[in-house]
Amino acid sequence: MIGWLQLLGRWSLGRVARLGRGHLFLVRTLASLPHLVLRPRLVIRELFSVGVLSLLIIVVSGGFVGFVLGLQGYVTLVRFGAEESLGVVVALSLVRELGPVVSALLFAGRAGSALTAEIGLMKSTEQLAGLEMMAVDPIERVVAPRFLAGFLAMPLLAALFSAVGVWGGYFVGSGLLGVDSGAFWSQMQSQVDFHDDVVNGIIKSVVFGFVASWIAVFEGYDAVPTSEGVGRATTRTVVNTALAVLGLDFILTALMFGNF
Amino acid sequence: MNDGSSMGGRTVARVEVRDVHFSRAGRPIFRGLDLDVPAGSVTGILGPSGTGKTTLLNLIGGRLRPARGTVRVDGQDVHRLSRGGLYALRKRMGMLFQSGALLTDLNVFDNVAFPLREHTRLPEALIRDVVLIKLEMVGLRGARDLMPAELSGGMARRVALARAIVLDPVMVMYDEPFTGLDPITKAVIVQLIRKLNQALGLTSIVVSHDVAETFSIADYIHVIAEGGVIASGTPDALRETGSAWVRQFIQGLPDGPVPFHYPARPYYEELLEGQGA
Repeated sequence: MIGWLQLLGRWSLGRVARLGRGHLFLVRTLASLPHLVLRPRLVIRELFSVGVLSLLIIVVSGGFVGFVLGLQGYVTLVRFGAEESLGVVVALSLVRELGPVVSALLFAGRAGSALTAEIGLMKSTEQLAGLEMMAVDPIERVVAPRFLAGFLAMPLLAALFSAVGVWGGYFVGSGLLGVDSGAFWSQMQSQVDFHDDVVNGIIKSVVFGFVASWIAVFEGYDAVPTSEGVGRATTRTVVNTALAVLGLDFILTALMFGNF
Repeated sequence: MNDGSSMGGRTVARVEVRDVHFSRAGRPIFRGLDLDVPAGSVTGILGPSGTGKTTLLNLIGGRLRPARGTVRVDGQDVHRLSRGGLYALRKRMGMLFQSGALLTDLNVFDNVAFPLREHTRLPEALIRDVVLIKLEMVGLRGARDLMPAELSGGMARRVALARAIVLDPVMVMYDEPFTGLDPITKAVIVQLIRKLNQALGLTSIVVSHDVAETFSIADYIHVIAEGGVIASGTPDALRETGSAWVRQFIQGLPDGPVPFHYPARPYYEELLEGQGA
């Protein structure tokens, strides 16, 4: 019994210590951001890596999610003779929920895991230690540009995902299943509110971008500097980001649409 | 840069380590370590694997903090410096990591230019000249466009050495510079360390367990084990030492005070336990 309690205590202390390290790391990262104003090239390079190189998966996934929404929405709505509302269903699903959430999950799998692996490998090959000994702060030089790039790229990727998804829904609904094109767009325009739906969706993607980038860079920086340690850190990035995004999505949805 | 190794017959220490205690994961590494590194010298730090040689370099560079004791570089207490002070000190000390620690996304030229671009506002034309001078010193001017992945282990270490001296430091620390190299490359690195120390007036600290190479270039050697310095002196003095421990290490003898076996329960007890099961 005592042994079990000791184990639980040690595990809890380890978790609390890691949480503390993560928050201190975040403070140091945020404090380093102003330095990047003078060195925008560092951020632009990382924006290419986490943003531009994620475009393919975001566009393709957005398209397929839009196709499925169009199909599923039509099959359900046609039973009630409400297939003209397909545009509203597709747009609200994407802008409020699927755009930010699925983009964040894809971002974690594509860009977050790459950020963790890159920083973790830099640690295991002593590149971060080398920077420190050259009087260069690795958080300022390596972590902060990647964090900022992820934070900036994520809302843009989510917006693109939603836009492509709407076109996907339109293609299936109007192009293949015969929903009236004018009804599709006009209903969407009248029922989707810019502040309540679009802005709230953007807020979600900004929050998810912040959390996903923070987790990715922290897991890399905190990784055990071995090949196994970097592998575990990469897995933790994907798992922890997915859990954090889904948990935060519930909280944000409750705050935005819950009428509490 | 070199302020000489002696003033009026008294040796001037570039690095002074006093009563340093340091533990990792509850295991004591140093228990009252004391040593000096004379300015202008090549000082070897020898010892078997796991005795804290790299840890000592990290303590001197301020990457680790001792539980007790002081580390002074040029009279400055490394662990009492502000972050700005520590970074200013690090600009005056180069470090060569065992792996080279080259930035893998930059080519050889950009790796060597990296500290200059980070810490100076020199025009690009001048940076080019300085980098080519340093690469010429290590014999790799022709390899400036190669990426780190295209370099052999010895070449990567020479590039890292060029990078370590590009800011004209007063001291360079070498972490296991001879490990994993073929005999020719090893001889090249040995010669480079000695030559650069003389030509640039450096103080060099060479951490290694390669006895022959370290003895061939060091002016002074500290042998560390069991949490402290067990012998110090010139290579000649150490060869004549009466310490059985040092003799075993220097001559690479399998038998001696250093046990072959990792601490364990008595052998027969474990064998009998297996029979009873």
